[in-house]
Amino acid sequence: MDADTQKVQLLITKHNTEKKALISILQDIQAEYNYLPQEALKIVSETLDVPLINIIGVATFYRSFSLQPRGKHLVTVCMGTACHVRGGPKILEEFERRLDIEAGETTKDSQFTLETVACLGCCAIGPVVVVDGNYYAQTTIRMVGPILKKYKKKEKKNEAH
Amino acid sequence: MINLKINNLEVKAEEGWTVLEAAKFYGLEIPTLCYNEGLSVYGGCRLCLVEIGEGPKSKLVSSCTYPVEEGLVVRTGTKRVIEARKMMIELMLSIAPNSKAIQDLASKFGVTQVRFKIRNEECILCGLCVRMCAEQMDGRAIGFQNRGYKRKISTPFDIKSEVCRLCGGCMYICPVCQLKCQGPDADTTVCNACLTMDPTCLDYYDELQCWMYDAGRCGTCVRETPEKSDSKEQTRNSKAKEKNV
Repeated sequence: MDADTQKVQLLITKHNTEKKALISILQDIQAEYNYLPQEALKIVSETLDVPLINIIGVATFYRSFSLQPRGKHLVTVCMGTACHVRGGPKILEEFERRLDIEAGETTKDSQFTLETVACLGCCAIGPVVVVDGNYYAQTTIRMVGPILKKYKKKEKKNEAH
Repeated sequence: MINLKINNLEVKAEEGWTVLEAAKFYGLEIPTLCYNEGLSVYGGCRLCLVEIGEGPKSKLVSSCTYPVEEGLVVRTGTKRVIEARKMMIELMLSIAPNSKAIQDLASKFGVTQVRFKIRNEECILCGLCVRMCAEQMDGRAIGFQNRGYKRKISTPFDIKSEVCRLCGGCMYICPVCQLKCQGPDADTTVCNACLTMDPTCLDYYDELQCWMYDAGRCGTCVRETPEKSDSKEQTRNSKAKEKNV
């Protein structure tokens, strides 16, 4: 999926081509392509007249931006203190085993990206797993399979339509 | 004019000066690493820490970023300052033990051990190269990337930058990657070899300091100084320092 110059330009003009709207523009590009393509960043740099390195600095600073292509579904496993003592690492291990990837990687069919997070702020319901913004509370190893199945099924349903 | 006190010395400083500039103007030596006169201040290396205020309310600030204030009380050589400075040198040494600039600082301020894990990263993130590229060379080819322990300095996408002109300014100003410490025991973390050599590699000697001056200068001990005026200023600084002590 290569960056389309016109599409990126449109996203920039949506924010009045303002330098201060850099993060909003990057968020829009991320929403469009699921990651930040190199070409798109270069276009942003030229249009906004901001040095490319400054844009890279912003894009690498925030965890929500990714310079590598991400999968369709984002699986986030909490590794905060509370989730850690309640078995977060074991749940992460189970995800890694089932998806056959390490944390921070994307599956070969680019369906799932597995990530860890330091804390989600809802320690009472730990260990927490978030898939595409849906929270799964008090997760156990047994729940990992059904969670993944749900999203794989969704995929099939969409294809049938 | 702003009146302030540095080491019990009543000094006058112009508005807009930093504490470091005022101290330098009066010949008080404050060690620096990430500070360069031609670049904007960064306050990253924390070597120029000084203590401001009195009593329990005193605190440590980086003098290169702290502007002078009316009635400010600054102390540059308290136990707290010296210990904090030694700790900073120790931490930097654990990251980049091959740097001559940092080894020299360690010798100068009596850092004889490193209690941290040696990382050999060859970058202390002082930001000199980034500022050099942006401010003096108008290049903006390198910059900080990532966050926390992954923070690094690199070009966009880690490939050759389109705006880089290969001027070498970043390498020229780098305190780590250019000058390697070549002391005889440089393999160990703290070389300290400079202290046992004569003349040490910390100080430069000019001809006038030769103890055989009357017998005709042999010139064996003379080390060519990089900039003559620099060394004279250094001796003047050290003399001023002695007076203050």
